[in-house]
Amino acid sequence: MTTREHDSSVYEQVQASSEFQELRRRFRAWTFPMTAAFLAWYLLYVVLSGWARDFMGIKVLGNINIALIFGLLQFVSTFWIAWAYARHMEKKLDPISDKLRHEVEEKAK
Amino acid sequence: MTLSAVLFLVFVVATLGITFWASRQTKTAADYYAGGRSFTGFQNGLAIGGDYMSAASFLGIAGIIALSGYDGFLYSIGFLVAWLVALLLVAELMRNSGKFTMADVLAFRMSPRPVRTAAGVSTIVVSIFYLLAQMVGAGALVGLLLGVTDPAQKNLVIVGVGVLMIIYVVVGGMKGTTWVQIVKAVLLMGGAALVTLLVLGKFGFNLSALLGDAATQSGKGEAFLKPGQKYGTEAQGLAGKLDLISLGLALVLGTAGLPHILIRFYTVPTAKDARKSVLWGIGIIGTFYLLTLVLGFGAAAVVGTKAITAGDKAGNTAAPMLAQQIGEDIFGPIGGTILLALIGAVAFATILAVVAGLTLASSSSFAHDLYAHVFRRGTASERQEVVVAKVSAFVIGAASIGLGILAQGQNVAFLVALAFAVAASGNLPAILYSLFWKRFNTVGAVSAIYGGLVSALILVIFSPVVSGSATALFKDANFAWFPLSNPGLISIPVGFFCGWLGTVLSKEYNAAKYAEIEVRSLTGVGAEQAVKH
Repeated sequence: MTTREHDSSVYEQVQASSEFQELRRRFRAWTFPMTAAFLAWYLLYVVLSGWARDFMGIKVLGNINIALIFGLLQFVSTFWIAWAYARHMEKKLDPISDKLRHEVEEKAK
Repeated sequence: MTLSAVLFLVFVVATLGITFWASRQTKTAADYYAGGRSFTGFQNGLAIGGDYMSAASFLGIAGIIALSGYDGFLYSIGFLVAWLVALLLVAELMRNSGKFTMADVLAFRMSPRPVRTAAGVSTIVVSIFYLLAQMVGAGALVGLLLGVTDPAQKNLVIVGVGVLMIIYVVVGGMKGTTWVQIVKAVLLMGGAALVTLLVLGKFGFNLSALLGDAATQSGKGEAFLKPGQKYGTEAQGLAGKLDLISLGLALVLGTAGLPHILIRFYTVPTAKDARKSVLWGIGIIGTFYLLTLVLGFGAAAVVGTKAITAGDKAGNTAAPMLAQQIGEDIFGPIGGTILLALIGAVAFATILAVVAGLTLASSSSFAHDLYAHVFRRGTASERQEVVVAKVSAFVIGAASIGLGILAQGQNVAFLVALAFAVAASGNLPAILYSLFWKRFNTVGAVSAIYGGLVSALILVIFSPVVSGSATALFKDANFAWFPLSNPGLISIPVGFFCGWLGTVLSKEYNAAKYAEIEVRSLTGVGAEQAVKH
């Protein structure tokens, strides 16, 4: 049920395979820049909350100001990124990772 | 008050029933630590919400918004965005490569004893700080909600909360605890949604009108609707604003390093279910924080800042007071009583579910990491491990009851911020390096954890929350040389730096093990399977 059933060289073979390299590339090429982007977007919000209060206080619609809209946009972006991540994983990664997993499990039998 | 007690009693009886049912299903270590890994993504998503949304975030954030306006919303946003770190970088990879605790992943390709010791210490420190804050909060909360002022009665309530929490964990294990969290999440969402709807209805579903009334009632006018009333006020100068950044960083990076959250990923059968559960979790938590926004401003508009401050200086009773007032306005006095009782009972359920999760996380780490792998060097049987886990849950529970009573009336809110800071500074760097950095090794892991942990602790000890200010733990002493209340701005980079430095100073590197964790984490090969009964 755990690692001991496999010879560790199996992992090194899989790791060196072009399919796995592609899987890893697809994972990192999406999640790393996206993480940098949402952290930057969040920090921009925190910094503006600290240093640009007059700007944040500008009223847009009745009593609804930029601060509130900016905050709500953080919710929107979080929901959107979560949805986009799931879509990316399902379309671009799950097929490869399922295939690799089945291959290794077949070999181990 | 009596109705509140009755509703709470119903919750207690129902959850105890579930707990004893769960205990009959709990046979193996995987059952006890990970609920047999048999929860669905949706169930675990609810439990994630139940584990994460503490009384501090329910009553606390609503209270901050009610008294200081917009600034409370900053907390909500940090707590929510943080889940993207957990979703994108941690949840699935951790489910695939770990077993029961955070240390399983960290120790995977390292020398196990030093790394398990460090990760176990950090897990226990983070969980106990958080637990203690919740226990002290429970005493204060009960006093406010039930109008209990007698210290002996308050202590009795803390003992009661502690005993229930011990029963959930020791008897029900992860399965029982998870169900308590699921029930609580449903109650909390239902209660918050009901009050929100009533408040919005009162203002004709016009958010602008609600905000306008809140600003007027607060006496602060438009300033109430923009940042700067509580965190990084102009009077605090640069240090205050840096403190705001520091808090923001700790919130957004801390969640993915909280051990009681991380072990939730092990309770589902596969990494795909872990993904689904975080997606549900984000939906539930996000919706909840949108509701708190209305609750907070609603309390300011309907109850008024003055009345709330009279109820509790920190504003923790804003949400219950709002429930009572809005119920009275719409359905008459009986409606007010019923709604207040409902929100009071929800608040108790909230505390119970969170403290149970924390007790489980810390006792699991003690048994699985420190006892089984460090003391016994992996020779303990599953049965012995689970017995030790139960005994340590009992001891940790008893200790937190004792400390919760001793610390009654102290301002321990900083413990939650500290827990997040330690999680972000010590645990997160070690987790990310473990999963993504080929070269990372034992010295690096140990340095990252202790470096982040110790720097966060030292900075807090010498900060204004411990001494030298009117709200400090020790008001009469002044040894505060670090100007920020939140250490994250310094301690998070220190944690990452220590992890890097330790790694490059040591020659150890295990290519085979790195290949194994990388392949396992991304493909799910060799991942722990769900228990079949």
